[in-house]
Amino acid sequence: MQTTPTHPAKPAAPAAAAKPDDDKALPLRINGRAYSFDGDELMPLLWYLRDVLRLTGTKFGCGVGACGACTVLVDGKAQRACVTPMKTLAKREVTTIEGLANGELHPLQQAWIEIDVPQCGYCQAGQIMAAADLLKRNPNPNDEEIGKISNLCRCGTYPRIRKAIKRAAEITKEHAAREGGKS
Amino acid sequence: MKGDRTLASPSRRRFLVAGATVSGALIVGWRAAQAQTQQALPYLGARIEPQLLGVFVRIEKNGDVIIGARGCEIGQGVKTSLPMLIAEELDVDWNRVRVEQLPYGYIDTDKGPGDKYGEQGAGGSTSIPIAWKDLRQAGAAARWLLLVAASAKLNIPAGQLHTESGSVIAPDGTKLGYGELVDAASKLDPPTEPRTLKDPAAYKIIGKPTPTVDAREIVTGQTEFGIDAYRADVLIAVVARCPWIDGEIVSVDDAETRKVAGVKDVLRIAGTKPGESFDGALVDGVAVLATSTWAALKGREKLKIEWKPGPFADESSDGLRKRADELLRPANAGNAVPVRRDGDVDKARKAARKTIEARYTVPFLAHATMEPPAALIHVTKDKVLLIASLQEPEGASEVINAITGVPRSKIEIRMTRAGGGFGRRLKNDYIAEAALIAKQTDKPVKLLWTRDDDLRHDFYRPYCMFQMAASLDRKNEVTAWSMHCAATPRNHRDKRMKDRPLWASTLVPDDFPAGLIANFDLSLLALDSGQPRGWWRAPAHNATAFAVQSFIDEIAVALKQDPLALRLKLLGEPRQLPYKGHGGPSFDTGRMAAVFNAAAAKINWGRKLDRDRGLGIAGNFTFGGYAAHALEVSAIDGNVVVHRAVCAIDVGRVVNPLGLEAQTIGGTIDGLSTALNLAITLKDGKVQQSNFGDYPLLRMGQAPVDVEVVIIDSDKEPAGAGEMALPSALPALTNALYAATQIRLRELPIGDQLRKIL
Ligand code: FES
Ligand code: FES
Repeated sequence: MQTTPTHPAKPAAPAAAAKPDDDKALPLRINGRAYSFDGDELMPLLWYLRDVLRLTGTKFGCGVGACGACTVLVDGKAQRACVTPMKTLAKREVTTIEGLANGELHPLQQAWIEIDVPQCGYCQAGQIMAAADLLKRNPNPNDEEIGKISNLCRCGTYPRIRKAIKRAAEITKEHAAREGGKS
Repeated sequence: MKGDRTLASPSRRRFLVAGATVSGALIVGWRAAQAQTQQALPYLGARIEPQLLGVFVRIEKNGDVIIGARGCEIGQGVKTSLPMLIAEELDVDWNRVRVEQLPYGYIDTDKGPGDKYGEQGAGGSTSIPIAWKDLRQAGAAARWLLLVAASAKLNIPAGQLHTESGSVIAPDGTKLGYGELVDAASKLDPPTEPRTLKDPAAYKIIGKPTPTVDAREIVTGQTEFGIDAYRADVLIAVVARCPWIDGEIVSVDDAETRKVAGVKDVLRIAGTKPGESFDGALVDGVAVLATSTWAALKGREKLKIEWKPGPFADESSDGLRKRADELLRPANAGNAVPVRRDGDVDKARKAARKTIEARYTVPFLAHATMEPPAALIHVTKDKVLLIASLQEPEGASEVINAITGVPRSKIEIRMTRAGGGFGRRLKNDYIAEAALIAKQTDKPVKLLWTRDDDLRHDFYRPYCMFQMAASLDRKNEVTAWSMHCAATPRNHRDKRMKDRPLWASTLVPDDFPAGLIANFDLSLLALDSGQPRGWWRAPAHNATAFAVQSFIDEIAVALKQDPLALRLKLLGEPRQLPYKGHGGPSFDTGRMAAVFNAAAAKINWGRKLDRDRGLGIAGNFTFGGYAAHALEVSAIDGNVVVHRAVCAIDVGRVVNPLGLEAQTIGGTIDGLSTALNLAITLKDGKVQQSNFGDYPLLRMGQAPVDVEVVIIDSDKEPAGAGEMALPSALPALTNALYAATQIRLRELPIGDQLRKIL
């Protein structure tokens, strides 16, 4: 399996976003980097990501936790950023779609491209993050388990999402087998 | 959608213009010259003004090919499929092609506004049929220039050379890469006549499954949608809108809003004046401008606004239903606007053995694009920049010009990838709002709609109630068919539709079974409503197919005939029936029958089923494409489960099978989602829905695990693909539910109707 480097990340956070000296500031990590937040603690993570850090891969779809377009991982678990106030994130580790890949495409991203899942593409970052959470808990999900992902896709890509999750599970296994073979 | 405007385009000859860019790359565009004869094209044809340079192809010296994508990518796949057409005729290796989104190509001409790139809007599934006519020529002309350049270089007549994957090849095997020929080719005169296009047997790109060009950027979160656009200094704007059409602001108290940290300004914007065409902002509103989205949202919550509700404050869904009922009484028949009348329905009814009747109702629908309306706009004294998700950039340009006074040539419009369209973005009311706000400030403004804004201020799919009747003679032949539709017609306060009949985009005169039953009556009874109406995926068909294809099933039941057999019998021998509307000029009964048969074969129609299961079938001809759905369902305790979903589709020659399959899956699921759960309802003149809790799109666990797509192989002119697979999904579902439960659902959405009964 060929691996491909990911795109360079978006420009780094503006300096104003990180003020490590401020004691009132709330420390958190996003995609492996340390940040310190000193704004309105009730502000949902979604707007910090999108407005301040310019990490716009995380999308706004409903603002009430109903669509999943804003799904990110908080300490590895899927969470809806639009209903996650900043104050709940002290010392937590947030992963967004921009940080999912680790130098190479994540198996889910590879599978998504292979199966050609996206139509408009707007929901897909959230779908992938929800699937990442699922695969972590359950490396081999069946249709019923996959069907518990409640993210909305207005374009109706669900059947290909299912196929891509299964394909990603395979890719992960292939990787593991190769790693195992090496040692 | 837009295609439904049925524009007549002049036929034209195209010739190509080539020129060198600074980088030395070859740019080939094409010009269109109007022929003397003003002859309508079967499809809508790009509305191209003469003497304009369009630019689609650039070839770098290293042989890389850059192809411009002119369309609005709303998820229908045009950013992939349109460049495929150019690449095919250019004869390059698709792997060497990079696709770049083109901006809106407005150009001033001595005859008025012109289109640099041809048709860029996305509506009516017309992108492919239009591009099939012009973009292949763009590729072929570029290839011709390269051949001529090679001919001069090798001193071999061009006729003896051929091309292959980005190279010109001589009879002795000498190979010149396009990159080596760029300089010379760019200095040549363009061809004055259309070039001969490839024999489809030689296609290497058209017809091959081709993944979305943006897939990698999408799955890594790098794609910019309109809502993601950003400029330093940008102010985020959210608007508190009048909940009533033609209502107005009485007073605004923004003191608390202005205290919110980050809020910079509070401005008023004026909506459409009472009774006027909805060309600008829909309703009056108060905009809150802030340095962050969060501040803007908090500020909006703190506004105290007193509204005057206006003339539609009493409107309700119950009232609408009562008025529709009333309109459909025989006493009102005189008010019906005839859409199509053949023979004498009354006479046939009197002579009939039996007449069966049924009434079907479909609600208002919102588009609910996953990316809500948003726009980044910067208005300065003499120019405007707009970055947004659009479907109709031309309309956006017009409305910005109307609001700001900035000449259209100074309005730069960049279309981003759009998070869905479904017809919503054919209306540029959100662009008008953005312009109204931005012209009051020097800063760039990003307007954001929240989901409740979106559901409450949409251009809705018309509400329709259909009264159907069919008369049967002693031989069980259908001798008369009538379909009276009480609807809030789409043609309402829209100056672009003012020359069109009232029923345009609500009913379709030549749709099945027109022309197949001797006595036929289709008519509209217009229902008043203040609600704005718009084009919603597969306009008209998204409602009529439910009524027609449900009623055919009811007739089959009454006649104790197989629903598929009755459809095939009505279609009869394969032949062309005249079809005047969009999708015409003819309706091919053979192609329609073929998709029914293909869907039936795939689902194994007629087999014995488990007790709780039912099979349903339905089909529709939409904008030149034929689709049939066959579903297997159950509804134990009223819980609808779609066990299998099959859609057979014939859209003529397929440009990108992977894209067509995606649109067919998506259209099917959209149809099921709509039939099961979706409705916009009114109370006290206001839309009641506010988010996905009460406008519940189907989730993955409720959707069929797979949609089995059967693509009919065809060498007919290609139709588009975005809308064809929706209309018949809805009646296929209710027909299947009837088969499973013996309960006929005549009103959408299905909601908990079955749960209440079972
Ligand atoms: S935007 Fe967060 S769940 Fe919809
Ligand atoms: S791909 Fe468009 S919303 Fe999912």
